[in-house]
Amino acid sequence: MPRKTIKVQALARVEGEGGLYLRINNETVQDARLEIFEPPRFFEAFLRGRDFTETPDIVARICGICPVAYQMSGVHALENTCGVKIDGPIRDLRRMLYCGEWIESNVLHVYMLHAPDFLGYPSAIELAKDHPGVVEKGLALKKAGNDLIEVIGGRAIHPINIKVGGFHKSPSKQKLRALLDDMKRARDIAVETVAWAASLDMPDYEREYEFVALRHDSEYPMNEGRIVSSAGMDIAVPDYEKHFEEIHVPHSTALHSTIKGRGSYLVGPLARFNLNRDKLSPLAAEAARSAGYDRPCRNPFASIVVRSIEVVEACDEAIRLIEDYSPPDAPAVQVEPKAATGFGATEAPRGLLYHSYRLAADGTIEMARIIPPTSQNQPSIEQDLQEVAQRSLNMNEDALTHLCEQTIRNYDPCISCATHFLKLNIERT
Amino acid sequence: MAQKQTAKKRPKLAVWKFSSCDGCQLSLLDCEDELLAVADAVDIAYFLEATRKQAKGPFDVSLVEGSITTPEDAERIHQVRRSSRFLVTIGACATAGGIQALRNFSDVKEFTSVVYARPDYVSTLATSTPIAHHVPVDFELYGCPINKAQLLEVIGAMLVGRKPDTPAHSVCVECKLAGHACVMVSHGTPCLGPVTHAGCGAICPGFDRGCYGCFGPMESPNTAALAAQWRDLGASSRDLQRVFHTFNAWATPFRRQGELDAAQND
Repeated sequence: MPRKTIKVQALARVEGEGGLYLRINNETVQDARLEIFEPPRFFEAFLRGRDFTETPDIVARICGICPVAYQMSGVHALENTCGVKIDGPIRDLRRMLYCGEWIESNVLHVYMLHAPDFLGYPSAIELAKDHPGVVEKGLALKKAGNDLIEVIGGRAIHPINIKVGGFHKSPSKQKLRALLDDMKRARDIAVETVAWAASLDMPDYEREYEFVALRHDSEYPMNEGRIVSSAGMDIAVPDYEKHFEEIHVPHSTALHSTIKGRGSYLVGPLARFNLNRDKLSPLAAEAARSAGYDRPCRNPFASIVVRSIEVVEACDEAIRLIEDYSPPDAPAVQVEPKAATGFGATEAPRGLLYHSYRLAADGTIEMARIIPPTSQNQPSIEQDLQEVAQRSLNMNEDALTHLCEQTIRNYDPCISCATHFLKLNIERT
Repeated sequence: MAQKQTAKKRPKLAVWKFSSCDGCQLSLLDCEDELLAVADAVDIAYFLEATRKQAKGPFDVSLVEGSITTPEDAERIHQVRRSSRFLVTIGACATAGGIQALRNFSDVKEFTSVVYARPDYVSTLATSTPIAHHVPVDFELYGCPINKAQLLEVIGAMLVGRKPDTPAHSVCVECKLAGHACVMVSHGTPCLGPVTHAGCGAICPGFDRGCYGCFGPMESPNTAALAAQWRDLGASSRDLQRVFHTFNAWATPFRRQGELDAAQND
């Protein structure tokens, strides 16, 4: 094969603006890049000088698709800074809220962003013309997630009810229980979704990743746990920066997160599933087993199935928590600021989301550090691109380009999130 | 053939992204009950977050999300304007510069060095500015994020060529309509509702907190009078400066009031 370059200027069906770049020479893929041209927004810079209580409202704006994740990592990091630990019904409400976001975000990806690749449509809208039932199910399921976020958070995008220490107002038992019928229907759809996703024709591709996710003693991880990996890492969240680093690759302008001394790793649904399968609810575990997913999954294309399994888990968990819920005595615990540094990590739909803050004694933020999942996955995405393209060089260019796009979409990359923290690809000449 | 003709007749809708969080364009995909009907009524001709299909302009309606923060985007918005019959900005970033307009009050070079190890690679303007600073805009929809019912109203109105019916009053009116007790009067909680554009449905007072202004300033807001009320409730100059300078910091009335408060010594 002669020398050639494959470029997609603007990737579709990803959140934010990115492109892909592939350089092929003599049957060898020499360079494979996920390019980021989303403009930076400097959240870590303008958080300095703000009051710590403003954090949940501000960091939500990093991402319109997963604002709850930013709010949750933010409040947990700040509570850690101030020496407060939240338990009981407030902790349960936060987990319910996160279930809503997992449902909404994973279903958006499964049905609207990822499925069209497997079925050969440019979008879910075209897909709906031939298969209206499929898309309608997806929309109903997504709505159940958004409804849950609205009841607890006030609105689905940039919820307003989240504060350091808890909530401004706790939802009544009746309001939450009113969601139960829809959530049970959603759970049925989610179980069907797992079987449907597993029936899709999938490229046969596997790679040995180091999977990284939170792990908790008794639950599938969302807001709490130790950071563990498939290569034996097992650390407390405050030790994150001792084990992970962001390095600057000369020909790529993105800051890439790596495990010190080891290299790339993978966060997100595959990592969570592989490291926490034993914590799935019986229903989610059964849905996984019947779909043939009863062992670790190393095929990134199959993430559509694993995301669907996590939707069953999130629906099931939300139903359990709603049924057990009684409002807390007070919607929030009083949190007094402390001159200290604290850390928090939660499981955003796309994977581990790490926050760290240093506060002054009066609660002014002196330093903020935020490491989103997409920047952690970027080296893995590029390695997948390189390997998938290398194995598929005999394809015609359109097919190869589409396969490479799909390889990136496997990760549900959130470029809008990642960009506040990634280098841009615009090099000055 | 018949199908083709229908397809040709449907107005073309485009959705464009500039510097933003994607939340406002997500609002369209969050219209779970209406999305397929919208896709029937209009030809979604360009919407990168949702489809690989990229039709060429001209477009009947362009929805523009995000603010202008790079030299490339300052050029690109002119292409969008040229290819669009109606250009509607959606959300606080596109209408007021968004939270990233906080850079406008600071030294962007210093900001860049805080976030990026190699600031020389980052191509960014010193300011984040609304779309209307660059090209004429036919309609502005407020909110961080926008309200999806208002979005559907705007799309519908643009398609039949009437003015969208979106209220211009303050959040206070919505709060009364929703039957909430005034949080300032009843429990002394500072609230931006009296100066903030309606559209959210007064969500925050319904959750026992004050409005924080994410829909931006209403028409002719009396921010000075409200700031005085806030001081009576114990707010400091720093509190006031910060609350006006957050999600709509570059909208003129909020920018000015925040600057006035910042200049005061408590």
